[in-house]
Amino acid sequence: MRLWDTIKPPFRDSGEDAPVASRHTFDYRRIWKLAVLLTGGVALLPLIVITVVNYTAMQQAIESEFQLRTARIVSNTRRAISFFLTERKSALDFIVHDNNLESLKDPERLAGVLSDLGRSFGGGFVDLGVIDASGYQVNYVGPYRLEGKDYSGQRWFEQVAEYGVHVSDVFLGYRQVPHMVIAVRGDTEAGSFYVLRAALSIRPFESLLSNLELSGKGDAFLINREGILQTPSRHYGDVLGELPLPVPEYTPQTQLMEESNAAGEELFIGYRYIEEGPFILMVIKKKKELMKPWARIRLELIGFLLVSASVIMAVILGMSTYMVRRIQIADQKRVATLHQVEYANKMASIGRLAASVAHEINNPLAVINEKAGLIQDLFRLKKEYAQDERLLGLVDSVLASVERAGVITKRLLNFARNLEADVEEVRIEEVIEQVLGFIGKEAELRDIEVRLEVPEELPPFECDRGKLQQIFLNIINNAFAAVDEGGRLDIRVEGKKNDFVVVTFEDDGCGIPEEDLSRIFEPFYSTKTGQGGTGLGLSITYGLVQEIGGRIRVKSRVGRGTRFKVFIPARSVGKEERV
Amino acid sequence: MRVLLVDDEAELVEALAERLSLRGIDADWAVTCKDALGKLDTKKYDVAVLDVKMPKLSGIVLKKEMEKKAPGMGFIFLTGHGSEADFRAGTAEAGADYYLVKPVGIDELLKKMKEVVGE
Repeated sequence: MRLWDTIKPPFRDSGEDAPVASRHTFDYRRIWKLAVLLTGGVALLPLIVITVVNYTAMQQAIESEFQLRTARIVSNTRRAISFFLTERKSALDFIVHDNNLESLKDPERLAGVLSDLGRSFGGGFVDLGVIDASGYQVNYVGPYRLEGKDYSGQRWFEQVAEYGVHVSDVFLGYRQVPHMVIAVRGDTEAGSFYVLRAALSIRPFESLLSNLELSGKGDAFLINREGILQTPSRHYGDVLGELPLPVPEYTPQTQLMEESNAAGEELFIGYRYIEEGPFILMVIKKKKELMKPWARIRLELIGFLLVSASVIMAVILGMSTYMVRRIQIADQKRVATLHQVEYANKMASIGRLAASVAHEINNPLAVINEKAGLIQDLFRLKKEYAQDERLLGLVDSVLASVERAGVITKRLLNFARNLEADVEEVRIEEVIEQVLGFIGKEAELRDIEVRLEVPEELPPFECDRGKLQQIFLNIINNAFAAVDEGGRLDIRVEGKKNDFVVVTFEDDGCGIPEEDLSRIFEPFYSTKTGQGGTGLGLSITYGLVQEIGGRIRVKSRVGRGTRFKVFIPARSVGKEERV
Repeated sequence: MRVLLVDDEAELVEALAERLSLRGIDADWAVTCKDALGKLDTKKYDVAVLDVKMPKLSGIVLKKEMEKKAPGMGFIFLTGHGSEADFRAGTAEAGADYYLVKPVGIDELLKKMKEVVGE
């Protein structure tokens, strides 16, 4: 909240509870709000929309890029595996057609075939066995002792007999080593058949799959259709272990899907059923790892949005505040000027009224004066009245009253005349005395002691008498309003200091609270709101002091009183001519 | 000393003239300009005391007319309007000898008149 207090616009408080001025002026708060909302909306909305569109488009582009890459890897690898299997099936097929059972029963011949296979196909073939129609292995070459094994009744054997070819899952078998088997049927001339059975190491698959370059902590392996791992995997178990994920549904093409593992991590899976054997090729990547570059781009995007939005908002707030403040200042100046003109008109009217009243009263007063004077003259001449002290006393008192009234009307005339005065030679004590003569009655009635101290030999100087008079009138009026009955007002005139005459008005009134002190010269700042104060008196005084080229200072303590110091530029009379 | 008092306020000039007479001064009075100029035909005056603001004709114009008829007269202006300084500025071109603001004490007026005549 304290931060807000320091940055909030100064017109923020101008609402219904604001001082008098706002009734004549605009609702700055509303203008400011409107400016901020409109420019903010117009500037930020497109930015946000573009960023969001960009965000989704980019996310989709990156995702589909990964999908495409995964799909390509899956189908390429599938082709390699299919080719591997087809090649070996064809090789075995070629052997059973090129040889007959008799020749293959010869262990040397069979060993020659195995070594030829190894040479031509680059490994993979571990051993070769020939099994007769009864399921008895009649010949075997390879590292294990499997001669004479009986395979009759085993499913694979029956399948080969029926369909001519069989590709097995990976299994341990008699030799306790993971391997797979490809078996093909050969027909004898007698109308019977035999089977050529080759065991293949899974190493070629392993090397093929492990050599794949997979991003995103990827994994590539084979499973059979029951979900048993056919090659070792990095993250999902060793060969012949069960895959901890559901077996994907059969489709004839490369397929992509999303799944999550036991740890809740999102996985990105590409798979393909391999038609040449009971295998499914699986390529699994962790989405989180895949999307790592995206996370960076995303951060940059959001960062860009936030930074630019903040900069835009800061500029908009700053600009709006500045502009509205300008409007407010101009507006206040306008209203203040209006009031000043009103004030000047009022003063002029008062002046005219005072002058005409004084004039109208002066004429009958002059008649009374002469008539009473004549009575006095006649009394003095005639013996019977000349000794009548009472009659003469009465006439004297009439004449004295006429003189008093004459002093008042002369004061009024002087005051009125000076209101419209221009720059002329003034004696400062004379101006102050005139003002006191005009409003001094109030001080008298309220028992306020007014003391005027003027240094001797203060030379007259050139100044705008009318403005000076109004300045003093305002300050003295304020002082009278501040002091209680029996209070005191000291007016001290100090001689020239750097071409300035300083007039100090010091009262022992209620004082001005410190928080108000810095604002009392602002237009419309009034603590007398609702008591007829316009909040303009001191601002007009300030304006008048500036107009005559002077300065005004105020010091105050609550409960102790207030001191106004007016610095009046005192140009010596005739100085201009000399220069 | 012969004095002519001119003011549209008859009550005022009448009383003033009588008071001056009581002090041994030959004082006549007039309430209109025509009247005042007519008086000049029959008598020679040393000083004229004129009100500045009178209906139809101002004291300043009247002074010029009177000067034409009777050169060498002294003039004192009286006014109920404006301060003495103001009055002086407004009537400077008329070149009167004194400017007094109403109400004026008889002794002061007498003093000024004597000064104008040079007694």
